Amino acid sequence: MNSALSMPPGKWVRRLFVFLFAVMAFTGFGQMPIFNRYYVSDIPGMGWSADFYFTHTIHYVGASILLGLFGYLVTDYVLSVRRRYRLTIPGIIRVFLLIGIVLTGIFRVLKNLPDVTFSPAFTMFIDIAHLGFMMIYLFSALAFMMTKKGWVRERTATPS
Amino acid sequence: MSNHLSRRAFIKGGLAAAAALTASRLPLPNAVKGASSTELATLIDIRKCIGCGACVEACQSTNEAKFPEPKKPFPKMYPSRVKVSDWSDNRYETDRLTPYNWLFIQEATVVVDGEERTLTIPRRCMHCQNPPCADLCPWGAARKLENGITLIHPDICLGGSKCKEVCPWHIPQRQTGVGLYLDLLPSLAGNGVMYKCDRCYNRVAEGKLPACIEACPEGVQKIGPRDEILKEAHAIAREINGYIYGETENGGTNTIYVSPVPFKDINRAMEKGPGRPHLRPVENAMAHADNLAKAMVIAPIAGIAAAAARFLKRADRRAVAEKKEDPS
Repeated sequence: MNSALSMPPGKWVRRLFVFLFAVMAFTGFGQMPIFNRYYVSDIPGMGWSADFYFTHTIHYVGASILLGLFGYLVTDYVLSVRRRYRLTIPGIIRVFLLIGIVLTGIFRVLKNLPDVTFSPAFTMFIDIAHLGFMMIYLFSALAFMMTKKGWVRERTATPS
Repeated sequence: MSNHLSRRAFIKGGLAAAAALTASRLPLPNAVKGASSTELATLIDIRKCIGCGACVEACQSTNEAKFPEPKKPFPKMYPSRVKVSDWSDNRYETDRLTPYNWLFIQEATVVVDGEERTLTIPRRCMHCQNPPCADLCPWGAARKLENGITLIHPDICLGGSKCKEVCPWHIPQRQTGVGLYLDLLPSLAGNGVMYKCDRCYNRVAEGKLPACIEACPEGVQKIGPRDEILKEAHAIAREINGYIYGETENGGTNTIYVSPVPFKDINRAMEKGPGRPHLRPVENAMAHADNLAKAMVIAPIAGIAAAAARFLKRADRRAVAEKKEDPS
């Protein structure tokens, strides 16, 4: 197998991922009425942060791009990257947290569609779980970054 | 199959593409239920309202047990821009919406059939079909029931007032000093509980009428399945050459007004402001979410397809290179 085929994502993908996550975290937290209370929207150029509809739209657009990126990365990993690399434990933890974020996010989107009604308990669960998964992801990503734990590690050759 | 592509690469890439295609056809889970068929709507025939206030009184007395009983003094809140919203000393105010008054009578002096007349209009939550207050509540405190009622759970609401801000009519009203925020970080987050008409959900669950409908001596309001209510509203509108409000506002609401004069005339003539909602045309506030949800279905499929195409292209290129190196 050509090694170029099975390389983990390059720098631009990682930068895009971090940028998108920062946008999603900001606009996600912006769904709580805190940016006006705590003067964030008073910062010149940040008035939009207190507009719930605007931050909601940005969150949806970011989610679409992120889902596209996830689709690409997962497929790329399955088809080629995993031949030479394997997910590390911190990588697996992040993948599970991302699955939690995406799944609860999907139900959040479904709930917002017309003619779709969830039970009150389930609605509250997905609302809080979405926020919870995101908080845990951010803290764990920060911890893994500080301890330099990567997503993948090169497979070592099995001694014959 | 191309001579250039290995069978393994073709199958893998093909499977990825097939997965992308299949994902686009996945049905919605069973937990997702279409609600419109079971939604109840109310019809408010403005012609019949005499402004007696019986509905307002009935609403207050029936829902008294749900009204806030705040603890005073209120916790000091930071930063200083966070204002106390206290209606507990004005709980009998009935000329606007408050946490203690979920329904009020709005007046508009307009010309009806060539004569000046003061119309009286019962106003409360519109109970939208796709309510932004419930969609955008970060805690799930505001929720929509399958029977079309939108309500705010007082034990979960933190009083951030987002529901009021995103509501096209700014209906919910806040009372400070009550609710869950007192047990969390009362100085730093939350500011009480938001209150609004819950269309007597507990009475409706028992098969009773909402108090305002039951108490009305003039039969101004009716409740029933939305399609039937709409049929009746259109029949009345045809008969009186009248106008309908609420059918399409904000994508459709479960409160349908019928009037003998255009709603823009009523809206112009009535007093509007905090606690006194308008009657303007309203665009669907959640339309952006509906449209972008479609993009969210397409995005991962596009990602999978892009990765599969890249894989196949590279595999093909590699096969060509290998063939050049070894022409035999």
